[in-house]
Amino acid sequence: MSVPSGPAAKTERLLNLVLVLLYTRRPMTKAQIRGVVPQYSTAPNDEAFDRMFERDKDDLRELGVPLVMEELSAGWDDEQGYRIHQRDYALPDVEFSADERAVLGLASRAWAQASLAGPAAQALRKLRASDVERDGESLIGIEPRLRTVEPSFDDLKDAAVKRMAVTFDYRRADSDDATTRGVQPWRVLLWHGHWYLTGHDLDRDAPRVFRLSRITGGVKRIGRAGAYEIPADHDPVALLNRTEPETTPSPAVLRVRAGRGHALRRRARSIGEVDDIWSLVDIDHHDVNDFAAELASYGADVVVEQPAELARAVRERLHAAAVAHEKAS
Amino acid sequence: MAGATPPPAAESALSRLSRLLTMVPWLVNRQGINLEEAAADLGISVEQLTSDLELLFLCGYGQMPDELIDAQWDEGQVFIDNAEAIARPLRLGMDEAVALIVGLRALREIPGLGERDAVERALAKLEAAAGSAAEAADRVGVSLSASVDKAHLAGARQAVERQRRVRLRYLVPGRDESTERLVDPIRVLNMDDRWYLEGWCHRAAGMRTFRMDRIEELEVTDVDGTPPPEARARDLDQGLFQAGAEDQTVTVRLGRGARWVSDYYPVESSEAIEDGGRRITLRTGDTEWLVRLALRLGGECVIESPESLRSQVSDSARSALTAYDV
Repeated sequence: MSVPSGPAAKTERLLNLVLVLLYTRRPMTKAQIRGVVPQYSTAPNDEAFDRMFERDKDDLRELGVPLVMEELSAGWDDEQGYRIHQRDYALPDVEFSADERAVLGLASRAWAQASLAGPAAQALRKLRASDVERDGESLIGIEPRLRTVEPSFDDLKDAAVKRMAVTFDYRRADSDDATTRGVQPWRVLLWHGHWYLTGHDLDRDAPRVFRLSRITGGVKRIGRAGAYEIPADHDPVALLNRTEPETTPSPAVLRVRAGRGHALRRRARSIGEVDDIWSLVDIDHHDVNDFAAELASYGADVVVEQPAELARAVRERLHAAAVAHEKAS
Repeated sequence: MAGATPPPAAESALSRLSRLLTMVPWLVNRQGINLEEAAADLGISVEQLTSDLELLFLCGYGQMPDELIDAQWDEGQVFIDNAEAIARPLRLGMDEAVALIVGLRALREIPGLGERDAVERALAKLEAAAGSAAEAADRVGVSLSASVDKAHLAGARQAVERQRRVRLRYLVPGRDESTERLVDPIRVLNMDDRWYLEGWCHRAAGMRTFRMDRIEELEVTDVDGTPPPEARARDLDQGLFQAGAEDQTVTVRLGRGARWVSDYYPVESSEAIEDGGRRITLRTGDTEWLVRLALRLGGECVIESPESLRSQVSDSARSALTAYDV
């Protein structure tokens, strides 16, 4: 039988290795393994075989296969042997009731458009390997979707899981210029619809928050795994909230045209009818500029009565919009 | 098409191995399963499955015939034998544990979810089964903090499950209008921490996606809410906003401070221009929201073409300024 090369040959070799090491009842020496896994015969010499075998062991461990080294029994000098214990390899038996299966399916489908789509589907297939009962499609009329459109998601998730420091180029909100940041990742968090990384900023020597969509280019690992501890009391949401402090609201009075300003009316503290054309709306706001922007969008349907500062901000915006759109392009 | 896409051509040796180690126990427990059905359930093509089975056939704990895995599929039915060593699935990997545990924790955040108890039970079992891989899930979090009217959410969900038509009062801030609509709902979605109700809108005679935070009133009627046959849920891969055939192309110049617009709205093209700004083009059927956006951003967002839309902004701004005696 000819020995194929390429990825298929490697899959075959690794699968044979797993089968051999699961089947054996005592640890096997490297020489024994080389004799029984046929694909190792392609190695031209001992050195090449050693390299191949070392890489294969790393690959299997990366996959989560618990390949262990054990002392051989007497008579084998000091040599070590290898095996995989079935009890450590196999997923423990676990049974799920119908409603648990439904929510597990939902949890898995939540990643359908994300980089974890494959692992999510595979996990479900493992859990349901021996469970042949078919489910109807989602019995729950609700679909949460977790999207990961940011290319840095996978690298940062892996770095946070393995506790490995990284560097990346980070763009500020208000400019295209990026600076390189060094970070010990703590947590990757979806918050208000955006993915964030929290961690220890190595340059600023303080906890910081990074928005994944502002990371430009790749993520580079700079340290070894498990190189730092994540503070036990780390609360990522608190850290994120700190970047957006609460302010006390200020009152405003607006004149709003009848049948218009729906979103404002919804938030109003009180609404009085002036005449058939206008209502008087009492409403709270936080940031003058943000609120002025919102009010300007209503054009002639909303007029600010008070405060003067807000009226001026709206007027300036409208004026700027008028001038910018009157210029010949 | 769901689940029938083949793995990418560049599947690595390791991810194929991982797939095979999952596939074998799954098939062992479904002896005689139809080849097409198995491929569909495994999310691969029949060609891929056949090639996987051919590979399995060559593997074993030794190379004597009785030591090799026996895979048969000639009659269109799949049988796997002599695969005891890998008849149980490999424990969950890091990413697998993260995906399901974080997914379940996200469900736990849904306000008023009746299945909370099932979520907790599933989580407990999963965390126990995942062992140390479960710890990785603590590194990834999902916070669904969007405020949503619990009664509206529960009503929308109930309408989907019981296939009932809903009556909505719906706010469209982009047009500053509040309208009444009858909708045959298809699903309730949470995407990017926003809740949506997708369904067939009788007013628009088409599929529409409604933001739950803009639903002012929601009433589940007793009328059958089976959507017309042409109603189909949108492909979410394309995003929630999709251009229509009659849409017009608009060119907009953004200043530094308004560059977020090009991230926020689906744009057709985007190029950097002088002073750190951007010029974008987008296609839209409804232009009123763009006029409002231009007014809102006061000169930082300038519509360059079409000409009619540009003058519409300056006219609106001038007319609004008269109220301030300017």
